Amino acid sequence: MKNLLEIRDLKVTFPTDDGLVQAVDGVSIEVAPGETVAIVGESGSGKTVTSLSVLGLHNRKLTQISGSIIVKDKDESLDIVSAPLDKIRGYRGRVVSMIFQDPMSSLHPYYKIGSQLAEAYLVHHPGQKEAANNKALEMLSLVGISEPKVRAKEYPHQFSGGMRQRVMIAMALMNDPAVLIADEPTTALDVTVQAQILQLLKDLQQKLNMGILLITHDLGIVAQVADRVSVMYAGRIVEQGGVDDIFYNPHAPYTLGLLKSVPRIGRAGSERLKAIPGQPPSLINLPTGCAFAPRCEYISLAPGDSCQTLKPDLLGLADSHRSRCHVPEGMRDKSFAAEIKGART
Amino acid sequence: MPRFILRRAYFATLTILLVSIVVYGVFSLLPFDPAALTCGQKCTPAIVEANRVKLGFDKPLWEQYWLFLSGIFLGRTYGAGSAEFTCPAPSFGYSFNENTCVTDMLKEALPVTINLAIGAFVIWMVVGVGLGLIAAKFRGRYPDTLSSVFVLLGTSLPTFVTGLFFLIYVTIKWKIVPLSLSGYVSVFDDPVRYFQYFILPWLTLAILYAAFYTRFTRATVLETLGEDYIRTARAKGLSEKTVLLKHTMRAALAPITTSASLDIAGLIGGAIITESIFNLAGLGRMTLQSVYEFDLSVVVATTILAATVVISMNLIVDIAYGYLDPRVRVK
Amino acid sequence: MSAPLLSVKNLQKYFPTSKNVGFRKEKLQVKAVDGISFDLMKGETLGLVGESGCGKTTAGRTILKLIEPTAGQIIFDGKDITTLRPGLMTPLRVHMQIIFQDPFSALNPRQTVGKIISAPFEIQKVNPDGGVKKEVAALMDRVGLNPEHYNRYPHEFSGGQRQRIGIARAIALKPKLIVADEPVSALDVSIQAQVINLIDDLQKEDGISIIFIAHDLSVVQHISDRVAVMYLGKIMEIAKTEDLFSAPHHPYTTALLSAVPQPDPRGERSRERIILKGDLPSPINPPEGCVFNTRCWKVQEICRIKTPELLTVGKSSVACHFPE
Repeated sequence: MKNLLEIRDLKVTFPTDDGLVQAVDGVSIEVAPGETVAIVGESGSGKTVTSLSVLGLHNRKLTQISGSIIVKDKDESLDIVSAPLDKIRGYRGRVVSMIFQDPMSSLHPYYKIGSQLAEAYLVHHPGQKEAANNKALEMLSLVGISEPKVRAKEYPHQFSGGMRQRVMIAMALMNDPAVLIADEPTTALDVTVQAQILQLLKDLQQKLNMGILLITHDLGIVAQVADRVSVMYAGRIVEQGGVDDIFYNPHAPYTLGLLKSVPRIGRAGSERLKAIPGQPPSLINLPTGCAFAPRCEYISLAPGDSCQTLKPDLLGLADSHRSRCHVPEGMRDKSFAAEIKGART
Repeated sequence: MPRFILRRAYFATLTILLVSIVVYGVFSLLPFDPAALTCGQKCTPAIVEANRVKLGFDKPLWEQYWLFLSGIFLGRTYGAGSAEFTCPAPSFGYSFNENTCVTDMLKEALPVTINLAIGAFVIWMVVGVGLGLIAAKFRGRYPDTLSSVFVLLGTSLPTFVTGLFFLIYVTIKWKIVPLSLSGYVSVFDDPVRYFQYFILPWLTLAILYAAFYTRFTRATVLETLGEDYIRTARAKGLSEKTVLLKHTMRAALAPITTSASLDIAGLIGGAIITESIFNLAGLGRMTLQSVYEFDLSVVVATTILAATVVISMNLIVDIAYGYLDPRVRVK
Repeated sequence: MSAPLLSVKNLQKYFPTSKNVGFRKEKLQVKAVDGISFDLMKGETLGLVGESGCGKTTAGRTILKLIEPTAGQIIFDGKDITTLRPGLMTPLRVHMQIIFQDPFSALNPRQTVGKIISAPFEIQKVNPDGGVKKEVAALMDRVGLNPEHYNRYPHEFSGGQRQRIGIARAIALKPKLIVADEPVSALDVSIQAQVINLIDDLQKEDGISIIFIAHDLSVVQHISDRVAVMYLGKIMEIAKTEDLFSAPHHPYTTALLSAVPQPDPRGERSRERIILKGDLPSPINPPEGCVFNTRCWKVQEICRIKTPELLTVGKSSVACHFPE
């Protein structure tokens, strides 16, 4: 298996007071070494639930999960979905690491930075205290923190937001993981600091040949760092492909809608944004047909009333670019491409 | 850091001084003649006047307060000539009802109260924090339900009910713990009798507080378990045990310690009901008795002492908080 | 040229704070807004953009006198309102409104939507033709809410719809000025576009002047006629939107523009990015001279000594010793 991470047909449901939520429905994603795969979607699209289940961090008592999440570790591999928790723990932070959205709250406020970093190493290398401390200093300087020896003795509140995210990255890399999951890593940061962190992630990826699974709602960030993209809507992947396919040749009406609705710098400001009408559906009562149908302007192009009655499959002429839509691909290809061209100029 | 401590200590001292002025003033302004209370049935105005001069009640209030205050540091001499007697420093006044220096009474009562408070404290912290942790860990399952029954009972049964229950059933009917008729003995002199003396009062007090601390710990731990940094700890691959006992408890420690220190400070001021039920000669019972008997110097002394303990504990908590929560530390 | 609707001159807002030094408390000031000046014309949208802590939100609230200014002058509709007492501000509030960032916390959860939107009428004792209820229904319709939902509570609405409620409340009395404080940053992309379009339409129809506060340059560019870039309480550059975005003169504007990733992978791959080093300095103790000098790549000796004035460079006003 050349991929470091293979999510196959992942389904996650959990009960709420209002009913059963189908948060993730049949998601398949692979990540290969040195590659950045982005999951884009709005709130409630299932992107964060997907990322948490890769580490088995979803609520295990309540959640029903099926499919497989194969993580490769040198010669062996593990299916996170079916493996027992203590086995998964051996993979967390060692084979797959994760950084989170809010660096302010993701570090323990009462422990020194150095010891929080060292702990990440010690979990998987018990007893090797000195090695852990050295690795902590090495990682701190790798992520661009000057005077690591001094700063390792400080507490998180003494760091700025950008610096804390650097610390989080350093902590995630303590055991040279094969895959890094970055869940909205720059959403809480200012744009100039965001640029620093994205650059840092790119540099580190080249140096360490990691696979990165990036979760974000920001299409600009996707365009900047991703190699391949999965667009999620209401728990399902609606389009999957190379970054250029997604941005210049979108096949799913939702992807097209997103691209048309973001304001872009450089485009004439007086031009009206083409908003997607309506609201995302509730995950408790999903429509029987395509979840996007109530907001879609292309349903008339689809045969019969298929959009209202049938869930579309993820299909594509090429394996590398697939989408879910009842409108024949040839028909979408032409009209969508013209629209996206219009949106870009 | 030391400067911060000094600053706090300075303000704590000022507060204690202020409390002593207010307490002394309030009790002195009560519509009783303290001198008239000093003599029994065969009272003549002459004796009252003599006692008034002897105890200094003839002086203006501010001077009385000054004598009281200086007595704490220098000791105080009452009367003159053959009737002269001295309460050595630290003197908190003289009790006419007991015909003794208040300090001597405190010396008798304090060890009882301190032993009562500390023993109860140890029991309630172990039980309360332990149960709270278990309840949080098994949230919504059996242990949680059982602990919530305990919380409900513990918080709703007043100490005079649990205390009387222990006294009547455990001691008198079932004779599990013998009725201790002798007074307080130090643990070093006779450990068996010491525990017989204290075990039921401890339990009486501890049940109430343990119930509060079970609820408090459970809530604090559950809140902490929802924090982002706990998710980070799990993402590192730490075991659930480490996550709970190290990362979660470390964060929950600060609020629990604060609350516990203030509660124990309150107890040292006197666990009046418990001491009364079990007839413990502690500070609470002494205060109660002196209130009945209008023994003002004792009331003033115990009130100021209790306030001082609470204020000092607050100071200690402030300082300890700096160590417990690095964010509070002054750079 | 007609007189501006709003004229802000050298506006300052310092928040007092303190630090313990031994037994003494040293008094310090957070210089949240430190001398900003601009005019706002009738029907114009001014974008106020900058990173967190640059003072843009404080500026917006001080202009509306929700916070008392420390110094400077605010002239609204020809009237100096800088030192006007709250009681005398009330009649003016008909003309100046605010839209908040967080549509979840800005609406009273115990009031129905109808009650929330009709509050301005009650407070200002305005009785529109046909009654308040009819007017509120018309407002709801106008912002794209179903008037039948008059008696619902805020929690029954999604984020985007709640922001519409906030907008309906703000435009109820047909104000002349609206300060929109990050009105779309809490919303999802597809909803964000709806709300931006709504604000755009309402402004065109009613000729409202808007101060649009945001950290997202793409949004600001889309909606504003002019843009002011703030950094540490000061305006670094102010210009017409197309001038600012096509030819930024201040190094900070350049860096900010360069940092925003665009949904264009090919463009992103070929782009030379300026990455600023370090973090924002503390507004309690801002750098001497030009406040940007600690992060600027063009910094010279004079930048550390002399504070640059806002001067005309090309078509923009720029506060820089070495404008591009």
